[in-house]
Amino acid sequence: MSVTVSIPTPLRTFTGGHDAVELAGSTVGEVLDGLLAAHTGLKRHLVQDDGRLRNFVNLYLNDTDIRQLASIRTPVNAGDVLTIVPSIAGGSPAVESSLPKLAHAEILRYSRHLLLPEVGLEGQRKLKAARVLTIGAGGLGSPLSLYLAAAGVGTIGIVDFDVVDLTNLQRQIVHGTATLGTPKLESARARLTDLNPNVNVALHDGRLTSENALDIIRQYDIVVDGTDNFPTRYLVNDACVLLGKPNVYGSIFRFEGQASVFYAKDGPCYRCLYSEPPPPGLVPSCAEGGVLGVLPGIIGSIQALETIKWIIGAGDSLVGRLLLFDALKLRFRELKLRKDPDCPVCGSNPTIHELIDYQAFCGIGAEPDYSGLEISVDEFKREREAKGEALVLIDVREPHEWEIAHIEGARLIPLGQLPDRLSELDGHAEIVTQCHKGSRSMKALEILRGAGFGKVRNLAGGIDAWAERVEPGMARY
Amino acid sequence: MEGAVTVRLARALADEIRNYGVAAYPAECCGALAGRVAADGSKQVVRLAPAVNRRTDDPHRYLIAPDDLRRLERQLKAEGLEIVGYYHSHPDHPAAPSAFDADHAWPWYSYLIVRVDRGRGADIASWVLDDDGPRMHPEPLEVSSEV
Repeated sequence: MSVTVSIPTPLRTFTGGHDAVELAGSTVGEVLDGLLAAHTGLKRHLVQDDGRLRNFVNLYLNDTDIRQLASIRTPVNAGDVLTIVPSIAGGSPAVESSLPKLAHAEILRYSRHLLLPEVGLEGQRKLKAARVLTIGAGGLGSPLSLYLAAAGVGTIGIVDFDVVDLTNLQRQIVHGTATLGTPKLESARARLTDLNPNVNVALHDGRLTSENALDIIRQYDIVVDGTDNFPTRYLVNDACVLLGKPNVYGSIFRFEGQASVFYAKDGPCYRCLYSEPPPPGLVPSCAEGGVLGVLPGIIGSIQALETIKWIIGAGDSLVGRLLLFDALKLRFRELKLRKDPDCPVCGSNPTIHELIDYQAFCGIGAEPDYSGLEISVDEFKREREAKGEALVLIDVREPHEWEIAHIEGARLIPLGQLPDRLSELDGHAEIVTQCHKGSRSMKALEILRGAGFGKVRNLAGGIDAWAERVEPGMARY
Repeated sequence: MEGAVTVRLARALADEIRNYGVAAYPAECCGALAGRVAADGSKQVVRLAPAVNRRTDDPHRYLIAPDDLRRLERQLKAEGLEIVGYYHSHPDHPAAPSAFDADHAWPWYSYLIVRVDRGRGADIASWVLDDDGPRMHPEPLEVSSEV
């Protein structure tokens, strides 16, 4: 049985220039063996050392690839034509092969990154491989998670326990009016996967605690701290030091922000900078003190930038440097940070080897019992109606808050002025202190009691509770 | 240098290869060189036949499928042409074959590689498989202003 084997141009030097060879055999395999025996120079190009066809060599029996038939066991008949067809393959030197590959649609999406030699394909693939945990989906978490998702960070974990509130939307741009009242985690995931469906958004519902922090953080390469409170900040710091993870830090207050990268292997940690937390209540939160909406956008973006630089290994990181930003002066300053050799967690003789109780460490929960010193808004309303002006209401908020809303008949004495204006008050009067939500007025109460005022109570929940329960037409903020 | 066969192509075609490389950047472009073989064995490229890159999983690789090649060969035969080689681009890498190129190269064909440097077309070189192993050597490439 004679079969014609059609030889492609590049292999004809091995068949004496002939473009076809007649061979006998009953299967493709037999014909092939005959071909290789007659023209040994073909061997290297067609088969591997073990005798199997090389993967880019294709054999067509008449018009059908033999892989769709019985491969080399395919029977052949007289007059059949066996054609050798090359697959043409190649490519540029491979980048590190363990990194995930990019599909063509991803290459187009990240083309502006790929044009930067500092990022390039390898950097983009590193971003895709990266796992970043953001603590909080609030003011800082919003811009940073948006930019990380847009940049193509493969896995973004988010820890949060809150729901989207109307007062969030002045700065928390990952959320929207449509997701008001829904969990921030779900709201953020919807927005991030809309921005970039290639990103895997992992949700960690609940507060980060000493019990769960190590298990969560362990799953990630980098942690970005977008928290608004000291206990969590120390918790994130200690967990990152214990696990050897970089901690991209940012914090904001009113018009000022800070950013750094804490990486105890190469530099200081948060405790080297602030060994002790401030006394509880000394530093107001954004909810108490306010914050300009753009500020977390700037600091959160710096955190995203540092995270991306870290992943791709470009430029100089903020390790060992504290960046200070003043939005009103529009000025950046930089402080050099030194590793504290006596740091209790990252120093040469650390005393902290596991996570501790951070609420207690920050003095929270150790507050005196104020229960007898508070008055509810409902009770206050009843007493006010009975006693009239004899019950003195002192509003210790700031004048611009007073302008938003105030309770009829209240006297405005901002907390900062109170110690100097005690003489304006009758020491025998029944006094109720009031602020926005009840924490500044508690300080006012302590000042008054310390000065000898005997009959002072604090309005629980402040003007916010009043607006909610007593005067629904009042503006809330 | 082994068997100094020459490949010739018009400057317009060289520019066309660069343009394909730029358009595909940062992925690789690939295609066949359609032409004729002269009596002295040298190869004259008459036109380019861009191919579909069947490797979509890795921008550092290209693959021209056998079915595509068979179709192209039939078409070229009707034009009195044949495949004399292939071209592909190396985004941000030199116009020299990678180990992967050499492992997958066929004898005799001219492999034109264009370096595409940060999205801009740069040098082109032609390479041919060595006779005795998976290595490639440069082949004289004549770029002329006339066809």
